[in-house]
Amino acid sequence: MEKEEELFVPRLVTTEEIFAPGHRACIGCGEALAVRHVCKALGKNVIIVTATGCIEIISSLLPQTSWQVPWIHTLFENSASVMSGIESAYKARVRKGKIPDKGVKFVGFAGDGGTSDIGIQALSGAMERAHDFLYVCYDNEAYMNTGIQRSSSTPYSAWTTTAPVGKKSIGQATWKKNMPEIAVAHRIPYVATACPSYPFDLMDKVKRGAEIEGPAYVHILSPCPTGWRYPPNLTIEIGRLAVETGVFPLYEVIDGEYRLSFDFPELKPVREYMKEQRRFRHLTEDIVEKIQARVEEEYLKLREKAGVK
Amino acid sequence: MKKERVVGLEGSFAVAEAVRMANADVIAAYPITPQTHIVERLSEMVADGDLDAEFICVESEHTAMSACVGASAAGGRVFTCTAGQGLELMHEVLYIPSSMRLPVVEVIANRALSAPLTVWCDHSDMMAVRDIGWIQMLAENNQQAFDLTLCAYRIAEDSEVLFPVMVHIDGFYLSHVIEDMNLPEDEEVAGFIPEYEHPFTLDPDKPVSMGCYGPPFIYPETKKAQEVAFENTISKIIETWKAFGDRFGRHYAPVEKYRMEDAKIALLTMGSCSETAMLAIDELRAKGEDVGLIRLRLWRPFPFKELREAVKDVEVLVVLDRCISFGMGGPVCSEVKSALYGLQKRPYVVGFIAGLGGRDILIEGFEYMIRSALEKVKAIERGEEIEMEMIGIRDGEGE
Ligand SMILES: Cc1ncc(C[n+]2csc(CCOP(=O)(O)OP(=O)(O)O)c2C)c(N)n1
Ligand code: SF4
Ligand SMILES: [Mg+2]
Repeated sequence: MEKEEELFVPRLVTTEEIFAPGHRACIGCGEALAVRHVCKALGKNVIIVTATGCIEIISSLLPQTSWQVPWIHTLFENSASVMSGIESAYKARVRKGKIPDKGVKFVGFAGDGGTSDIGIQALSGAMERAHDFLYVCYDNEAYMNTGIQRSSSTPYSAWTTTAPVGKKSIGQATWKKNMPEIAVAHRIPYVATACPSYPFDLMDKVKRGAEIEGPAYVHILSPCPTGWRYPPNLTIEIGRLAVETGVFPLYEVIDGEYRLSFDFPELKPVREYMKEQRRFRHLTEDIVEKIQARVEEEYLKLREKAGVK
Repeated sequence: MKKERVVGLEGSFAVAEAVRMANADVIAAYPITPQTHIVERLSEMVADGDLDAEFICVESEHTAMSACVGASAAGGRVFTCTAGQGLELMHEVLYIPSSMRLPVVEVIANRALSAPLTVWCDHSDMMAVRDIGWIQMLAENNQQAFDLTLCAYRIAEDSEVLFPVMVHIDGFYLSHVIEDMNLPEDEEVAGFIPEYEHPFTLDPDKPVSMGCYGPPFIYPETKKAQEVAFENTISKIIETWKAFGDRFGRHYAPVEKYRMEDAKIALLTMGSCSETAMLAIDELRAKGEDVGLIRLRLWRPFPFKELREAVKDVEVLVVLDRCISFGMGGPVCSEVKSALYGLQKRPYVVGFIAGLGGRDILIEGFEYMIRSALEKVKAIERGEEIEMEMIGIRDGEGE
């Protein structure tokens, strides 16, 4: 039964490009691909807010735009705040009879920097105030738009331009901030992780997040050939390996209940994920082992939360 | 002229009344002294159902302004208010509604800036936002705080304006002082502030992209367009104030004069201290001196024409600043000088700084400024250079 459903899913996806082609993303950009999937899942009855970052830069160079739906960008750190205002205005105007209620969805987009660093306060505030919105974080694990600088979402030991590899540095010195868990801690009704290598899983989650009343948070690992230093034809492969190695597990948290979207009792070794990415090419065996141990530990914890033995 | 009720209201409550009568859809604000009573009063109005609005209790001023931008872009009538540090924290966002032509209305209970920490009034916060492209005006008393907030909506939302408007009310001097004032009936106000429709809103039926990315081949054109449209708002501001005067009997102008008939010496002030300055002018006039007062009601767009007209027969213009531009002097004085520089015949301009961080400026203070300015003009005529003076400062000697 489940198999059959999966078989038919692709036919249900619209062929309309709501995020229009012709944008200026790098070849093989995982983030642009994710945006395309997200927009297909959302449909056209939405208002989208985007933070400064690759997405905004590649899609809105005046006088052109890739957005076939109402879209607004203002600044880097305030996507969730602008969203709060839009949602509130809509609510008030519907209540006052100024506009009909057409069930519009409100969606905020930002990169990992715009979410887990400079925008975390705005997002935390919006989640706490329980606006009815979906927030999508496109995590390419660095500030790509400004030239591959580290963020708190950059993984341990990765090279970036501000966490360079040197005699006294192995690259990023800290472990990746767990932004989905921070969202979960806000006790919002829906949190999920996704990756464009699993497009139907991604679209399902986006739909669910948009439909649920109250704040929803979807965190999408978005491989970036330019910043991660791998050949652009490998984007889908790299995303898949991130999931299969347990580096980026796919799961949902619905009203506090964890559910693994895919489970791998036998994880592939992290080395397989890292080997094509030149941001990790300086790593020695002992560091890879350290990462392997951490990934396994985190994955076990997640399985426990999801009640998988 | 319609009947109005005379009530005793704090400046903050007067502003809240105006926002209620304007029937705002969204309020997003963060508390900071001396603005707190405005947000508290509006919260009560929403809680009691006297105002049907979404009150977003945001987590910062940066979000307050960002939420106002979003709400305005979605077609809502919005309000926010802040002071001092809060205005500084929202600084980055302030350029957005003016560049994207969103009619946000904001009231500032002016407050000096840290450090040292202070909550009292001066105009440092206002001067730090001179160049944000908002229409900016000042109230001198609670009645004006109310009137100008109402006018702000009608100006901002005029389809030929569509710029955000900031009304400055001096912190404590207005925000916390109870004064008699006239309150019009709700219906009268509703007749003055029409329902509005922004021509471009975020609407799935008519998708638009807002806030696109502007490289050098197009950025300067967007700024030129903004500047031309902004300068053109002056006539609409005057028109709105005239309509307000016709309906409510209180009249406002970009530059307002007090006892300026035949005045050879003029004092120029902004904000609440103008009322003390009037008393000083009265005393000097009683002693037979040819002095008068000019108050800047409109700060942005700068009222060049009206100011030049007001000083055309003046010989000495004494300008008060409640702010320091470090290493430069008083910002208002610099602007006034530059506004008059191109004139064939122009007064001597002498600047003073006073009233920083809530230090009161008394009648004697204004009298001192005027007398001292005349001495300084004599020095200028002797070819000496004069320095900007901060008045009423204890220098520590003998203490
Ligand atoms: C207040 C502010 N600080 C810094 C910047 C510069 N800046 C623009 S985008 C960006 C990084 C974006 O990184 P991320 O959010 O991860 O998005 P990505 O480009 O990687 O998709 C930075 C640092 C800015 N625009 N505004
Ligand atoms: S830098 Fe990376 S995220 Fe940005 S457009 Fe290029 S591939 Fe996409
Ligand atoms: Mg990024």
